[in-house]
Amino acid sequence: MISVDGLTKFYGPRQAIKQLTFDVEEGEVVGFLGPNGAGKSTTMNILSCIIPASGGSAKINGFDIFEESLEIKKIIGYLPEVPPLYPDMVVSDYLRFAAGIRCVPKNKIDEAVEAALEKCWLKDVKHRITGRLSKGFQQRVGLAQALIHEPEILILDEPTIGLDPLQIIEIRKLIKELSKDRTIILSSHILPEITQICQRVIIINEGEIVAVDSLEGLTASLRKTERIQLSIREGQNQAKEILEKIRGVASVSQNDNGEFQIECELGSSLQDEIARTTLDNKWGLVELKQNAVSLEDVFLQLTTEETQVEL
Amino acid sequence: MRSTFIIAFRDLSSFLKSPIFYVLTAVFLILFNYIFFNILNFFSFQSMQAAQMQGQMGAMGLNLNDMVVQPSLHNMGVILLLMIPLITMRSFSEEKKNKSVNLLLSSPVQLHEIVIGKFLACFLVVATMISLTLISIGLLFYVGEPELGPIATSYLGMLLMASCYISVGVLASSLTDNQIVAAVMSFGFTLFMWIIGWGAQAAGSDFGDLLKYLSLIDHLDPFFKGMFDVADFAYYLSVILFGLFLTHRTLDSNRWR
Ligand SMILES: Nc1ncnc2c1ncn2[C@@H]1O[C@H](COP(=O)(O)OP(=O)(O)O)[C@@H](O)[C@H]1O
Ligand SMILES: [Mg+2]
Repeated sequence: MISVDGLTKFYGPRQAIKQLTFDVEEGEVVGFLGPNGAGKSTTMNILSCIIPASGGSAKINGFDIFEESLEIKKIIGYLPEVPPLYPDMVVSDYLRFAAGIRCVPKNKIDEAVEAALEKCWLKDVKHRITGRLSKGFQQRVGLAQALIHEPEILILDEPTIGLDPLQIIEIRKLIKELSKDRTIILSSHILPEITQICQRVIIINEGEIVAVDSLEGLTASLRKTERIQLSIREGQNQAKEILEKIRGVASVSQNDNGEFQIECELGSSLQDEIARTTLDNKWGLVELKQNAVSLEDVFLQLTTEETQVEL
Repeated sequence: MRSTFIIAFRDLSSFLKSPIFYVLTAVFLILFNYIFFNILNFFSFQSMQAAQMQGQMGAMGLNLNDMVVQPSLHNMGVILLLMIPLITMRSFSEEKKNKSVNLLLSSPVQLHEIVIGKFLACFLVVATMISLTLISIGLLFYVGEPELGPIATSYLGMLLMASCYISVGVLASSLTDNQIVAAVMSFGFTLFMWIIGWGAQAAGSDFGDLLKYLSLIDHLDPFFKGMFDVADFAYYLSVILFGLFLTHRTLDSNRWR
């Protein structure tokens, strides 16, 4: 449904995201996890066609983000980091406006507004001015705005940022509810949020993807292993089997680019052993590296930030 | 096209909800009418004097169009020069500031539809203000016999020049998220476009002609005299379109930064 390939973005000389590559399947709920400044908002703005990428490509439902942005905007609902509200507008008027420019047919607008109000539990405040609502309600109005045209894909940028714990719980419930019949990408710098809502996590740090995994896989691999990445020219089909036989190797998997991810026991320093095996078997060593940013570091950062919020 | 109207309508209702519109309209009408009635008063004093001195001259040399409508509208042009930047300054600056522009940008709307919508909203506000002055002008039909034709073309010229101000104002507003900065830029630029012709004398003949041609105010005179000149119309139209085009380019290049 969404496929991103080598996506890159420069702000002036500064590179905000570097060669992001990932896929999102239909109906999936994917979490974008990373500390502040990791490039989450940038990626989401690019996918919503608000800003263009500097390089790489991305396709959503087969539509290209450069060529067919208008088509993409029709099927995406986007909640930016700051809800795009007009502070002087009444909630229901605001949603009517959003429905209008999101191309909801004229005779369906009333219906769409009612449905969005209902879904986001906003019926009681529909006559209030958005600028005077609490942050939690504003966030929900932002969500309602993203839902108004019944998009197939929802992109939510830090939907729980700045909310108090009760509001956070409400928004999470709402997102869970919405995820039943939609593809959702949501970003967060809070680990538990992701664990509660998402099936799959993309961890991003300083503009690079550090890991893509299901939640169970991620936590499992974290506890006991460190990861070494190996790329070779030949022998792809036998390598997995042979590598797994090395003492201290927990598991070997191959990613989309043909590189092998070797999970090793903590502190086993298997670089020498792996290199020797590669050379002995004449696979043609291309690259062997320890994964530069340790997942644990990122996780540590994320979990410590989370404690402040969860209080 | 539908999106354009939706955006214009939203901006318009936001104007009507804010005190800015009412304060500006009130101040505008007070200033205009003060000027207008003083000019009218001076006119009646003059025509009385003229009638006393030479019976026929009064009826012949003095007429309401030239001596009341034209100078009043000239002054209106100055008041609008001061006020329109205050109307246009919100267009994009405010949206950028409170990030609501992201709603527009993430919607299936093309940039030019947004730009035209913003322009249209300001135009309707200004057109409302200008047409409210017709009430005072209408009074002239009770006290004398002004010609309708020149009044109509004068107002058309006024609307065209005001649209140029608006176009420049919308452009300024797309350049910054600070409303004051936007207002000052558009005021400075439109005022400059007014007085640019003053340099004609100093500059040589060719360049001087160009400066004169660029001046916003010089193209207004034919309209005031009751003429509709396609060249002047085309001048105003191209200023408006050029301003909107630059606004479009600005918004587009903002995305790339
Ligand atoms: N408009 C911009 N101009 C320049 N740099 C930017 C801009 N937006 C974001 N950045 C930079 O790009 C990096 C990624 O930012 P962002 O995508 O907002 O991260 P996140 O949403 O994960 O916190 C940050 O270092 C930030 O300073
Ligand atoms: Mg962000």
